[in-house]
Amino acid sequence: MEPDSSYAVQMHGITKRFGNYTALSQVDLNVRKQSVHAILGENGAGKTTLMNILYGLYQADEGTIYLNGTPHSITGPNEAISNGIGMVHQHFMLVENFTVTENIMLGDEVCGPAGTLDMRMARKQVLDLVEQYGFEVDPDARIEDISVGMQQRVEILKALFRGAQTLILDEPTAVLTPQEIDKLLQIMDDLVASGKTIIIITHKLKEILRSADECTIIRRGEYMGTVDVSQSSEEDLAAKMVGRNVNLKVEKTPATPGEVVLDVNGLVVRDDRGIEQVCGLDLKVRAGEIVGIAGIDGNGQEELVNAIVSMTKAEAGTVVVGEEIQNTSPRNAIAHGVSTIPSDRHRWGLVLPMMVSENSVLEQHDKSSFGKGIMLDYNKMHEYTSMLIKEFDIRPSGCEDERIAGLSGGNQQKVIIAREVTQAPKLLIAFQPTRGLDVGAIEFVHKTLISERDRGAAILLVSYELDEVMDVSDTIAVIYHGKIVGTFEQGTVGEEELGLYMAGGGAK
Amino acid sequence: MSGLVKFLRRPIASTLVAVLVGLLIAILLVLVTGYDPLQTVATLVHGVFGSPKYITNVIIKATPILLTGVAVSFAFRTGLFNIGAEGQYILGTIVATIVGVSVNLPAVLQIPLVVLSGALGGALLGALIGFLKARLGIHEVITSIMTNWIMLYLCNFVVSSEAFHNPNSNTAYPINPSGYTMILPQWKVSDEGIEYLLQHPWLRDVLLKTDLNVGFLVAVFVAIVVGILLKRTKLGYQLRAVGLNKDAARFSGIAVERSVVLCMLISGGICGLAGALNITGINPHTLSTLVAQEGYGFNGLSVAFIAGCSTVGCIPSSLFFSALMYGGMTVQQVVGVPSEIINIMIGIIVFFTAIPSMAPWIADAIERRRSRENKNLAQETKGEEA
Repeated sequence: MEPDSSYAVQMHGITKRFGNYTALSQVDLNVRKQSVHAILGENGAGKTTLMNILYGLYQADEGTIYLNGTPHSITGPNEAISNGIGMVHQHFMLVENFTVTENIMLGDEVCGPAGTLDMRMARKQVLDLVEQYGFEVDPDARIEDISVGMQQRVEILKALFRGAQTLILDEPTAVLTPQEIDKLLQIMDDLVASGKTIIIITHKLKEILRSADECTIIRRGEYMGTVDVSQSSEEDLAAKMVGRNVNLKVEKTPATPGEVVLDVNGLVVRDDRGIEQVCGLDLKVRAGEIVGIAGIDGNGQEELVNAIVSMTKAEAGTVVVGEEIQNTSPRNAIAHGVSTIPSDRHRWGLVLPMMVSENSVLEQHDKSSFGKGIMLDYNKMHEYTSMLIKEFDIRPSGCEDERIAGLSGGNQQKVIIAREVTQAPKLLIAFQPTRGLDVGAIEFVHKTLISERDRGAAILLVSYELDEVMDVSDTIAVIYHGKIVGTFEQGTVGEEELGLYMAGGGAK
Repeated sequence: MSGLVKFLRRPIASTLVAVLVGLLIAILLVLVTGYDPLQTVATLVHGVFGSPKYITNVIIKATPILLTGVAVSFAFRTGLFNIGAEGQYILGTIVATIVGVSVNLPAVLQIPLVVLSGALGGALLGALIGFLKARLGIHEVITSIMTNWIMLYLCNFVVSSEAFHNPNSNTAYPINPSGYTMILPQWKVSDEGIEYLLQHPWLRDVLLKTDLNVGFLVAVFVAIVVGILLKRTKLGYQLRAVGLNKDAARFSGIAVERSVVLCMLISGGICGLAGALNITGINPHTLSTLVAQEGYGFNGLSVAFIAGCSTVGCIPSSLFFSALMYGGMTVQQVVGVPSEIINIMIGIIVFFTAIPSMAPWIADAIERRRSRENKNLAQETKGEEA
């Protein structure tokens, strides 16, 4: 496609290599002015790399970037900004204890003649922007006091303040409630109507169908084509993204719950700063059922899981798995048949510089099956790991003695799941088990959870992805401000209602 | 050429590149300060390899820094920065001296008693630092530095105390000779020994002119054992897991606090052992008043980092370090080059070994240039075809 001024951004034949690894190979992107253009791809497909090249964080090894039809070389974010490109990162880059105005002007401060900050002028400019786009943002509020959705709007304002004509939104819905997502989509429409162009990076198919005009699909760094969204279905997009047909529906039989395995009563947990995050929470999980905890990040999920496995102190209340296990030790929790797939595999799940085999026995290395006396038996560890690799299709095969850091995210997660499931736990806690995984790997994780349930394990699924909780759980419990505010059987509740509970509005 | 690239990606390459850069900069400094670099290098080499006595002294001087190097490497591999090696070393010398002076048993009992009590002293001090970290969250670097000074003054206190002060000197009483660990200490001064050594000048040099002792063998043994401990045992696995990812280790049921204390106990014990072996192996076999820290612990840090924190790698690294220090003294005496130049060189080497990505970076640069050349070549041929 020839460069054309009716396109805000055109990237032609973009190739980017990191050492021997080719992250992008001959990728094209043509974004029409005043449209919402989605970039779809699995994790690691190269979506963010492509946008980082557009934003000047990386330089492409090959290829040309055209802005409004003229070629540009963008060597840094400042240059991108001065050419009207703004980026809202997945993780917000805001100063928590600054006000909205202070954050928006940061990096492009409004100054008086003597070089001193002119806060009145800045505040006025911010207010003008807020009014122009109908954002509901208080320019004097501190970032730490406003909701995540509002923080995101501040990020968007920040880009607009610098004169962005084209906005890049990197996974913008990951942290939002369904209601906040609706609002964001409305804002995107308004922005487009006022002449802006939006590029949205995502792996969520539903949102593309709802918001985007066109969608460019990237698979493993290769350009798979651009489709007109109004002509496509969710299945089409998924198949293009993964390269095969994917079953998006989670298939399972009705649960046949048995006795109560996990019984949490009146649990109170404080975080590091001494703030009560879990406030008298009650929860029961029975054998042979999956209980999903729905809720927005930061409502006590982390503290709940950590208290169950004795990683943090329970101020009050009990955690019963057979007997009371609160405030003992992670080791004791494991001994009582509790296995955990942690939320952040790099932080809690794996020792990245160690080999796959060493990681496979992290909880069991002191069992007699892996060594005699004080010595570890690396041959036995190797054998055991080979078995896991075969059974769980961990790739590349034969990676027993390689550093686990070299495996892809999905395969690292498989190692953790293999390790936890092979111990045949009584209670399996899956905390964000599909975080950062691609569609194929997600399917695998969900199947494994269900087969563990069918084996008779009690499964506690904690996830910030509402779809996941709704699809996989037999029972859905909504957590809000450290309490369970509603419990529903699967299929008896809709997304909207859960969204209300998640935002604290359901408990009337 | 791709062999070179492959080599540069190996961890040892970074060390060698750092050593090379350090030597080059040192030679440059010698040149700038107006000395003859060739003569300097020649004198340095002679000062290290010139006679059996020199070589022996390099080995003797390598002993304590090999041990402290192993101790620092071990702690570092398990996530702790034992900058208190100096203090643990000093406590090792203190305890060894006190026990060696107060107790007088036959050598078979005296030597292990003196050496092990020195090691125990260092171990307990290390464990204290570990305990403070594990229980109260005080960073080990803070407590280590403070204990270094406490130990220095404790040493001076013991030297000047009535019970141990050796009159008319700035030392304590030497330990009882049954605790000496020199090689063949009696034989080499006996009539028969002197007779034999007169026939063998090489051996005479080594035995009579130096304090050749068993320390280095012990140190090499410790380096290997600690290497096996880290790599092959359950304990080493736990300690490494804690060092590399404390959170994941705790999550999987490893007792992180216990691991921290244990690690510092072992690391401190090795430093204490270094101190004890210097008391039993080297004249004057006792403590002297310290005006400043002698640097056995701090040099251990350099040794460890040059070795990339491999305990076995500390063996060549400590010998290299010791050779530079010892040879550097000769350079100062003969050529007049200030020994500070040697210190600068060591500093530069440590500085560059702290950049582990240097050699891979060079490898990348070579590859990039090559691929560019290939591309140009391809384009040229394409152009010709067109």
